[in-house]
Amino acid sequence: MVRFILSKLLYLVPTFLGITIIAFSFVRILPGDPVLLMAGERGVTPERHAELSAQLGYDKPVVLQYFDFLGRLMHGDFGNSLVTKKPVLSEFLTLFPATVELGLCAIIIATLIGVPVGVMAAIRRGSWFDQISMTVALVGFSMPIFWWGLLLIILFSGILGWTPVSGRINLLYFFPNVTGFMLIDSVLSGQKGAFASALSHLILPSIVLATIPLAVIARQTRSAMLEVMSEDYVRTARAKGMPPFRVIGIHALRNAMIPVVTTIGLQIGVLMAGAILTETIFSWPGIGKWMIDSISRRDYPVVQSGLLLIAALVMIVNLLVDLTYGLINPRIRVK
Amino acid sequence: MKTLLAMTSALAMMAAAAEAKTFVYCSEASPEGFDPAPYTAGGTFDASAHPIFNRLTEFKKGTTEVEPGLAESWDVSADGTEYTFHLRKGVKWQSNEKFTPTRDFNADDVIFSYDRQGKADHPWHQYIPGITYEYYTSMDMPNLIKSIEKIDDYTVKFTLSQPEAPFLANIAMPFASIVSKEYADTLAAAGTMEDMNNMPIGTGPFKFVAYQKDAVIRYAKNPDYWGTPAIIDDLVFAITPDAAVRLQKLKAGECHLMPYPAPADIEAIRADANLKLDEQAGLNVGYLAYNTTVAPFDNPKVRKALNMAINKQAIVDAVFQGAAAPAKNPIPPTMWSYNDAIQDDPYDPEAAKAMLAEAGVTDLSMKIWAMPVQRPYMPNARRTAELMQEDLSKVGVTAEIVSYEWGEYLQKSMEAGRDGAVILGWTGDNGDPDNFLSVLLSCDSAGEGGANRAFWCNEDFSKLLKDAKITADPAERTALYEQAQVIFKDQAPWFTIAHSTQYVPMSNKVSGFVMSPLGDFTFETVDIAE
Repeated sequence: MVRFILSKLLYLVPTFLGITIIAFSFVRILPGDPVLLMAGERGVTPERHAELSAQLGYDKPVVLQYFDFLGRLMHGDFGNSLVTKKPVLSEFLTLFPATVELGLCAIIIATLIGVPVGVMAAIRRGSWFDQISMTVALVGFSMPIFWWGLLLIILFSGILGWTPVSGRINLLYFFPNVTGFMLIDSVLSGQKGAFASALSHLILPSIVLATIPLAVIARQTRSAMLEVMSEDYVRTARAKGMPPFRVIGIHALRNAMIPVVTTIGLQIGVLMAGAILTETIFSWPGIGKWMIDSISRRDYPVVQSGLLLIAALVMIVNLLVDLTYGLINPRIRVK
Repeated sequence: MKTLLAMTSALAMMAAAAEAKTFVYCSEASPEGFDPAPYTAGGTFDASAHPIFNRLTEFKKGTTEVEPGLAESWDVSADGTEYTFHLRKGVKWQSNEKFTPTRDFNADDVIFSYDRQGKADHPWHQYIPGITYEYYTSMDMPNLIKSIEKIDDYTVKFTLSQPEAPFLANIAMPFASIVSKEYADTLAAAGTMEDMNNMPIGTGPFKFVAYQKDAVIRYAKNPDYWGTPAIIDDLVFAITPDAAVRLQKLKAGECHLMPYPAPADIEAIRADANLKLDEQAGLNVGYLAYNTTVAPFDNPKVRKALNMAINKQAIVDAVFQGAAAPAKNPIPPTMWSYNDAIQDDPYDPEAAKAMLAEAGVTDLSMKIWAMPVQRPYMPNARRTAELMQEDLSKVGVTAEIVSYEWGEYLQKSMEAGRDGAVILGWTGDNGDPDNFLSVLLSCDSAGEGGANRAFWCNEDFSKLLKDAKITADPAERTALYEQAQVIFKDQAPWFTIAHSTQYVPMSNKVSGFVMSPLGDFTFETVDIAE
């Protein structure tokens, strides 16, 4: 198991280097530069432009800039935002818990609903439940998030008044952010009603963010279950008179879970993409919204280091998923 | 831990004032920081310069008139180059957990606030690596201010390199906010200079309490404010970037007032019995700038003919959905010296065709540049360009629409020899006509780094502007600017599109909000009914 983990970790090094190159080049390939965007309609003289570029270090050859970036990374320096002038890492750490909280809720909703729906659809293949749930899943998968979020806000917050429109907690509550996770901080604050308020603010954004992963997980679970249920060992288990509940629970589901866990792991990337829009709609102070703002302002240090941090995170999650396979299927460990 | 203590004590304060009036503003953007000097965005100034700070001069609420601020009065020398400011006494600095002031506001603070921006060797010039003072630079302060002297604790003399009539308006702008030298010294001694930008201390109507990045900013009323104190006790900015969501929050009672509604929502807001809508002509202009250095657009007759070929009212109706006034001058009607006697070129395709033929222009094809972003002065440049294209085709002119990424658009549109006419606009900084005319149309700004996108250099026009800039008498200045507008109309370097209307939707419970022609959002006069 240790060797398995080490070999996986070794793969991370070249991947990580590759990501630094992509993150660094991505924002520089985009047309427009931060100095011009800062000046806006007012314009900036060529001398001032050169002066500012030099001050920011963007007058050096790009390759040199890259090695500067890499060198500072080695020292744990992710650079400072051109806009707020604050260290990128500290901004990331401030905003990151909000995204994690939202993402976790979304993935929990997606898994808790998606897996049982997929299993049921597979067992009752061809039934009305199968057809309706898979049609809904297809619609969910093709849902434009921005429109969907706004629609839910108008219905549940505007017309019905059941949920708050946006934000993380009612503004009347004001307490220190100890962990950055609003659900935990609201409990720690000891203020009456704070937790309920934080929870009610999480409902709509996590449903919106869960929509696409839920659809994918439900469909993936269904097809994996169908494949496993036609295997010989499932037929044997049935033939020897095992109750259907145990056949599905022990033999079929566990084996069908491997592609499903992979899918759930891969959804982390989808979640990050979805978080960008979801956070913007729901005024959720997370890293998705932060990246969007930074890209539109060509805030090079934030975009390159932010992408890197997000990519590193996705890599770690994928590593954990790889390790989970080992737990579910011991044969993978041996290989 | 310190933050925790501060928050706990702030909380205790809030709990004590259980009946406190809390006003929630759904702001549109996160502030870049809380020191007004290094930034240029309006959203940043609404969160820093306006609630927390003051300036030597201030814009009178709801106008662009300059009135005394931290300077009670001033004398200007006969040649217009020396400004002596008499400072207000007894103005208290705010305090926070790191700082308790030992003295009132005085001349040292004024000198510190300007020197740190203007002097590259000042210890506070680069108090955060990479910080720059773009507004100070772009308002030409480094060249304009020759020296600042302390005469005594409450008298400061500014010496300018030349007379500059808009100077008093310039220093009422957010970048010229006065910060505390004593606070700066305290922070420098503690080695936490960056807190100047994180935990602002000012003299304004509200004190900064806390900022949770991209989510909430909290302020409390400053009980020691030197002016009329705020009516509300707590001010909260709930940062909500999407206009549709802001409106939902306003309707749901999660905030009291919002900026920048989507034009399409205006009718629904008017129809909502719980909301009211303030409106005002914006201090802006949207325009199409020809390249007046390239044939046939170097011929004013051709430009005028094209202007007459475009149906302005149709653009106002379709693109601005009526929320704008058609523009005939380069400055908006709310600005002093606006020349209302000027007649706009009529929409007359037949006459336009004849004028083009007369100028010997046949089979003209041109490019129209459509900006890729939405601005208050231009909600949809692409649609505007399409309407222009259609109108121009009726007089035999083929127009091709081009667009670039915003940064590139701004850069390429200022490149000499540019092919095509550019859609762009401007929002005023300080209510002075010079801030429109000189920036956008003078010979000086027609070169690289300027903003004269017509590359139009008319010596007579520029001379009028220069004269007006060094004339102190407002009546004389008005006459000069009125004359300049006549030349502009006659020479037609632009097709002036529109001055868009600003809307501010708010809850019916809100009273006392005053719209600013400069687009600022300030809350010391607002009240909320229970």
